[in-house]
Amino acid sequence: MAKDISDTENGLRSPLRRKLLMGMAGLPALALMPRPSFAAAPPTSAVNTTGLAVTDTEVTVGILHSATGTMAISETGSIQAEKLAIAQINEAGGVLGRKIKVIQEDGASDWPTFAEKAKKLLVNDHCAAVMGCWTSASRKAALPVFEQYNGLLYYPTFYEGLEQSKNVIYTGQEATQQILASLDWVHKEKGAKTFFMIGSDYIWPRTSNKIARKHVENVLKGSVVGEEYFPLGHTQFNSVINKIKLKKPDVIFADVVGGSNVAFYKQLKAAGIDLSKQTLLTISVTEDEIDGIGGDNIAGAYSCMKYFQSLKNPNNEAFVAAFKKMWGEKTVIGDVTQAAYLGPFLWKMAVEKAGSFDVDKVVAASPGIEFKQAPEGYVKIHENHHLWSKTRVAKALPTGQFEVVYESPELIEPNPFPKGYQ
Amino acid sequence: MFGEYSLADLSSIFVMQGFAGLILFSVYVLMALGLAIIFGQMGVINMAHGEFMILGAYVTYLCSGFFQTHLPSLFGAYFFIAMALAFLASGALGMLVEWALIRHLYKRPLDTLLATWGLSLILQQAYRSIFGPREVGVELPSWMMGSIPVTDSIEVQINGLFVIAVTTVITLGVALLIYRSRFGAQIRAVMSNRPMAGAVGIDTEKVDRYTFGLGCGIAGIAGSAFTMIGSTGPTSGQLYIVDTFLIVVFGGAASLLGTIASAFSISQTQSTLEFFLSGSMAKVLTLLAVVGILMLRPQGLFTLKVRR
Amino acid sequence: MTSPIQSLSKAVTVNDNPFMKPMEWVSLALLAGVVLVVLPLALDGFRLNLVGKYLTYAFVALGLVICWGYAGILSLGQGVFFGLGGYCMAMYLKLEASSVENTKIQSTPGIPDFMDWNQITAIPWFWQPFKSLPLTLLLVVAVPVAFAFLISVAMFKRRVGGTYFAIITQAIAAILTILIVGQQGYTGGINGITDLRTLHGWDIRTDSAKVILYFVNGGLLIGCILMAQYVKRSKLGRILVAMREKEDRVRFSGYSVAGFKVFAFCLAAAFAAVGGAMFTLQVGFMSPSFVGIVPSIEMVIYAAVGGRLSLFGAVWGTLLVNYAKTSFSESFPDLWLFGLGALFIAVVLAFPNGLAGLWREHVEPRLFRKAKGLTPTPTPVLPAHGAPAE
Repeated sequence: MAKDISDTENGLRSPLRRKLLMGMAGLPALALMPRPSFAAAPPTSAVNTTGLAVTDTEVTVGILHSATGTMAISETGSIQAEKLAIAQINEAGGVLGRKIKVIQEDGASDWPTFAEKAKKLLVNDHCAAVMGCWTSASRKAALPVFEQYNGLLYYPTFYEGLEQSKNVIYTGQEATQQILASLDWVHKEKGAKTFFMIGSDYIWPRTSNKIARKHVENVLKGSVVGEEYFPLGHTQFNSVINKIKLKKPDVIFADVVGGSNVAFYKQLKAAGIDLSKQTLLTISVTEDEIDGIGGDNIAGAYSCMKYFQSLKNPNNEAFVAAFKKMWGEKTVIGDVTQAAYLGPFLWKMAVEKAGSFDVDKVVAASPGIEFKQAPEGYVKIHENHHLWSKTRVAKALPTGQFEVVYESPELIEPNPFPKGYQ
Repeated sequence: MFGEYSLADLSSIFVMQGFAGLILFSVYVLMALGLAIIFGQMGVINMAHGEFMILGAYVTYLCSGFFQTHLPSLFGAYFFIAMALAFLASGALGMLVEWALIRHLYKRPLDTLLATWGLSLILQQAYRSIFGPREVGVELPSWMMGSIPVTDSIEVQINGLFVIAVTTVITLGVALLIYRSRFGAQIRAVMSNRPMAGAVGIDTEKVDRYTFGLGCGIAGIAGSAFTMIGSTGPTSGQLYIVDTFLIVVFGGAASLLGTIASAFSISQTQSTLEFFLSGSMAKVLTLLAVVGILMLRPQGLFTLKVRR
Repeated sequence: MTSPIQSLSKAVTVNDNPFMKPMEWVSLALLAGVVLVVLPLALDGFRLNLVGKYLTYAFVALGLVICWGYAGILSLGQGVFFGLGGYCMAMYLKLEASSVENTKIQSTPGIPDFMDWNQITAIPWFWQPFKSLPLTLLLVVAVPVAFAFLISVAMFKRRVGGTYFAIITQAIAAILTILIVGQQGYTGGINGITDLRTLHGWDIRTDSAKVILYFVNGGLLIGCILMAQYVKRSKLGRILVAMREKEDRVRFSGYSVAGFKVFAFCLAAAFAAVGGAMFTLQVGFMSPSFVGIVPSIEMVIYAAVGGRLSLFGAVWGTLLVNYAKTSFSESFPDLWLFGLGALFIAVVLAFPNGLAGLWREHVEPRLFRKAKGLTPTPTPVLPAHGAPAE
């Protein structure tokens, strides 16, 4: 740029030149120019006929989570689990003889960024698969991109259901899987008839509570004595706690999230609601959340998830040991973290079954894939791209861990569009 | 609406709900008091107020860790020490910020808003780098948890009582300081007429610095107290900021009494509405009512006639 | 290019107040050249779309230059208008995407998916107007402007001051976010309105459509700049500045201060709404995360970095901050927040006039010293210390 100035030194003395200089402000925009994209594998390769980033030695996979912003708290665990899984796969020889190369992008807790980065991973980087997204909002934003460019997304979070896409494998539970069996359990075990529902005000708690309400009313013949929603980030729950005290429900059914979670359990305890006497069933508290809530404040509550860190089986013990070795002794592993860990393995098995990295072939090969070494136990991919999985109810201990008290005897069929629950 | 409950139930609802409202009131006063001094008295829009509160909360967290490992015998009393330290830490940071940043901006109140928003981003990231992105759990002494049963159906939360007590003490302290002490007289003099105050020999810069430090220090105490009822994380401070500003503005910025009255009316409205409506709608209606009233009565509930 | 207002005030202003000074024409040409020629040639489709998204924020920044820089009204709720404009557009696109054959798996085909999940069986009344494209295009601007009018008339008539106004707009942003998230049956809740496909039958997801939308966006932006320039240069613009400096004197001179303020605020809302609608078209969805306080304040910083008194500066500022955000948050996520925070502080403390101010104070005088033929025209600059009192 300095050269330009001297070149025009004797040239036109007009405002034009100054304005050109002012254009320097726009220079950084030039740096937006395309970066060299990663070499696409030759389309002749038998395992890759669609121009994915597959070479003779490597295959590229994307990781797309929030490493920054408000959601980083939750998504960090998923990133760690996915990296662990990929490292383990590479150690064992990779996928179809190719090592997995990871491109990690940051969704920055911002939904358009997820869509943008998804597009970058698919269009620029030609990722064979993407492990990513956490909130429903981020998935909804990125989904059209995956469908348009025929990508493949492994989504780890338990969520409200009402979705099924050719281009997504849902490794977490959908709402009916997570909720129904545990409601049956609390009905049978605690003789629960009346339920009080409290949640953060957005789609997941509302949909989950709707499903729970239908089940309570139509199947268990119980009643819902209250249903309350609070804005995300709400910190004052004394009024609703009074309501709970007044209604004396058999079960408090809670799906409060984020910072509100911490406030809710602290105030519940302070209000003298003893969770060893008052049954509380939550679908939003994993080991990760207990860190912030404090084990003492939530001890005695029941959480229903498909996975708890304390599960006793050899798969899980190996997984927990490997996870702690890689990410430190103090890390805790919640349900979503484990579900994120499944993604790379399910993809690897589908690729190997299909004998190809092509997304269409991998998708076609996916239903019926069984993963027997999953930390949560045996899982299987359903035709609707969700996983068959067990559901478990566990009691929170003061140490911040859970003690599993119930496990569904059979794998539960995923049912993202439950009839009679809408 | 009340038909389904017995009379005894009703009276205990009434008492408990009143108490819940009182706790909310105390929380709001504690939140807003520091800001009322900074915004009300000094005209500085401190968007980093929430982050000063969270600094207090983190100090409490560190204290609880320290006492648990080194002085377990004194753990029951650590909370008071933590609050004092929170006051000092937030106050010191406040004075530093005033010196480095705010004093250049007294004539541009809107710009203090931008600068302190930038400060809040920096503080949030600093907390994230130091304490990690997750919320931290603050261990509380066991005497602070639980509740005292008054009758069969009425129970009083101990931490609620504690918050009420802290709020009362701090409010009285601030009122005495501002309206009865020499320093308070100087603050009021500087705020109502700066050149004149300077002319009669008040060190206005020093007064500014201490006033800002005082406001931030109170925010620190509030944050420390809120570890009992809320979450402590890098972005937790953001949860409070809108409510806090509305309380101060609604009260009529320059009046301490106004802040208290406004905290009272907002907390009672919200707590009552929350009981009868869903939580979300209660919040929306309360905020709407406040904004509506402010549109009709922009000077707030109470105003002090001062030269501007 | 003289306007009626200008010819009226010719006696006072003579040649002092043409529509645009030559320098500004060059600025405009430069901006248009970069936005409409250089960037499309230099960038691939993906990054061009990204720039298109940034430029939608520039509409908001432009509005803020008029309403904050010139009229002295700082709004922390511009996200509300950006969001309303975006939602209006998204509602039209969503209705079109929810045709009966696209939604036949739903229990009520022909309505948006999120309504179906919330047991809503008919399209609610306030969605009805968005079945028509012309009406939608009208409402994209009309709804936010009407809302801005409602807010501002009530407040400015009662002489609500700058800081109060900022805080109240902030509260309004908070309320609207809670409402949108809570009323998910009607608004799509926290996920927003997603999976938008076609605009009047034209697929907006294809690469060619994105390029066309980019140019439409660029064209609209230039149009808005010209409009803002017109306001700024007209007598109206001078009254706005006069009001910012000494509101009472303007009032005592017989002007309706409230009326002018309302106008500036509504104009800013209209710009923001156009930006929001273009955002929806280019990004393909709208969600409440663009309505709240944080995006609203970030939009203020775009204007501040560019220079709160410079229309062109606002656009450059928006591009610069967003570019920095994208590139830094990729490589140094931790540093980015420190950097953004420091940027806020630096802009306020050291460069209150932003990029445009730096240009005027440091580059321009040197150029003029060499180019003796021209004398710099005085440009409005906020003094670093002791700028307009409230």
